[in-house]
Amino acid sequence: MSALQAATETVASHLHPTPSFDLADHPLPTGKEEVWRFTPLARLKPLLTGEFCDAFLDWQDNIPSTVIRGEITLAEAAELGVPAPMDRIAAMAVDKAKDAVLIDVPRGAEIAEPIVISLRGPGADATAFGQFVFKIGAHSSATIVLRHTGSVRYGASVSVLVGEEAKLNFVSLQDWTDDAVHAGQHSFRIGRGAQVKSVTASLGGSLIRLMETASFDGPGGELEQFGVYFVDAGQHVEHRLFVDHNQPNTASNVDYRGALQGKGAQAVWVGDVLIRKVAENISTYESNKNLVLTDGCRAESVPNLEIETGEIQGAGHSSTTGRFDDEQLFYLRSRGIPEAEARRLVVYGFFTDIIRRIGIAEIEERLMEALEKELEQVL
Amino acid sequence: MSTLEIKDLHVEVETESGPKQILKGVDLVVRSGEVHAIMGPNGSGKSTMAYSIAGHPKYTITQGSVKLDGVELTGLSVDERAKAGLFLAMQYPIEVPGVSVANFLRTAKTALDGEAPKVRTWVKDVNAALDRLGLDATFSSRSLNEGFSGGEKKRNEIVQLELLNPKFAILDETDSGLDIDALRIVSEGVNRYTSQGDRGVLLITHYTRILNYIKPDFVHVFVDGRVVAEGGPELAENLEVEGYDKFLKLAGV
Ligand SMILES: Nc1ncnc2c1ncn2[C@@H]1O[C@H](COP(=O)(O)OP(=O)(O)OP(=O)(O)O)[C@@H](O)[C@H]1O
Ligand SMILES: [Mg+2]
Repeated sequence: MSALQAATETVASHLHPTPSFDLADHPLPTGKEEVWRFTPLARLKPLLTGEFCDAFLDWQDNIPSTVIRGEITLAEAAELGVPAPMDRIAAMAVDKAKDAVLIDVPRGAEIAEPIVISLRGPGADATAFGQFVFKIGAHSSATIVLRHTGSVRYGASVSVLVGEEAKLNFVSLQDWTDDAVHAGQHSFRIGRGAQVKSVTASLGGSLIRLMETASFDGPGGELEQFGVYFVDAGQHVEHRLFVDHNQPNTASNVDYRGALQGKGAQAVWVGDVLIRKVAENISTYESNKNLVLTDGCRAESVPNLEIETGEIQGAGHSSTTGRFDDEQLFYLRSRGIPEAEARRLVVYGFFTDIIRRIGIAEIEERLMEALEKELEQVL
Repeated sequence: MSTLEIKDLHVEVETESGPKQILKGVDLVVRSGEVHAIMGPNGSGKSTMAYSIAGHPKYTITQGSVKLDGVELTGLSVDERAKAGLFLAMQYPIEVPGVSVANFLRTAKTALDGEAPKVRTWVKDVNAALDRLGLDATFSSRSLNEGFSGGEKKRNEIVQLELLNPKFAILDETDSGLDIDALRIVSEGVNRYTSQGDRGVLLITHYTRILNYIKPDFVHVFVDGRVVAEGGPELAENLEVEGYDKFLKLAGV
């Protein structure tokens, strides 16, 4: 395990447990731990214990011939610089999946068409783990969509290694049926001068819990991270973000928006940003907005900024959780728009603001369709 | 011929220390074809009157009535009041992220008319209205009021006035925050609206300057939640010179 240990850099932040490839370093959570306290652990049990995890997801893709698809061992993945698991499920995914699927966009390649990888779960009783490594070559550009449908209990480790000056648009779409359970870690390593836009859209599923991390391999990298989630009755949707500004002149902008409706709908958003001493001249902004559409929902929204240098361009965050804005409704209605229609417009606007920035027509349409369905239910 | 009749209007607002009375019996009649200017000191309740007529949920009408052609507005919802023919240009127009001006205008027009406007002429009408108010066509695809400058927001209110063409318009300090050119452009918009001959305007303002462009038929002095004096345009000139002192004393404030 020495190669793995070498690849594991300890995060100085107090916000996070020590990442490690070793499952033994991630004991079974009791639910009292800071990082687990919002999560209904019972639903996650098979993913935490790793029992009976013999299922597979059906895989479909349109990977072009210029992009290489292969399999690599854990040691090879660590060699490439895959970030270490931050929690037990990510560690379990690495442990159980053994080999990782490698998608390799060669240096300088310009892939115009979005690469869509569709993973379909076989059923709610199945348990599966998966490990993915996306290697985005220096100076390349690509759009990658990781789309999840069907149902399964799924633990995942997804690492995205973005080379120097590369441009990546990465979408993870959780479009599960309502009984799916999906947890794990999505990590970006962003090369010098690279530009990454990520979109995480969580629509279905009984429980979704994604740890999303980002760090930089050189100065000048830029990260734009957008999120959209619709949480219905009984659903738990949790996004835990950690942006590690470990290089100077880097920028991050995080904007996650969710709507909750129905009894027991629960959303958790944790947005941690660490600005290290070396990270001079960086800028960061993180925002989370929750629209609570009915009674009986709960939204936790926890932004954290940890700043070790004052030599920065800017750092800020905002978090709002609330019902409809009365002033907005009044304004629209004062022009003759009936209340239900005004509500629709406001929710629609709240999300299209983000959705229109995705830039992949197919995904935008799917999200608009899901949004329409969401609106039908509530209004 | 239409009439907007405000009678003995009493309005409260909920505060931390219980309800607070703001309007203490407002009487005012506006007929179509008339422009009424309302002037009064800060905090006297002008916006409260405008908002409560339009049905803002923050305000509670405790007494009195507001009738438009005999129809009691106070019993109607906000959008029903708009359908009855009322329009409020707000002192601080609200930002609605993600809802484009074009989408908003089309939705409002459809709601008011009960049918969607004809696609081809409507887009032209919208662009022409924007253009008349000195807003370029890109505004129609921007989020409603989001990132608009103060003056652009006010112009956008008048764009709406022209396109939705209500029977009665309450303009709450539409002239505040406008530069000299914008004041003229906005005034011309209001004058185009009134020149139809059968529209009524209630113009709330602090400045006589706009009254050089929009000629009021009546001027009302608003103090401490009620109208304390009425007159013609000369009353505005008077206020410009003497201020509200006399009226404050009269009202016992
Ligand atoms: N929630 C509230 N709590 C306490 N007072 C309130 C509240 N809302 C309004 N008021 C008071 O009501 C009064 C009337 O306000 P309004 O906005 O109607 O005044 P106005 O005449 O439009 O003033 P301006 O010329 O400054 O626009 C003010 O004194 C205001 O402070
Ligand atoms: Mg006012």
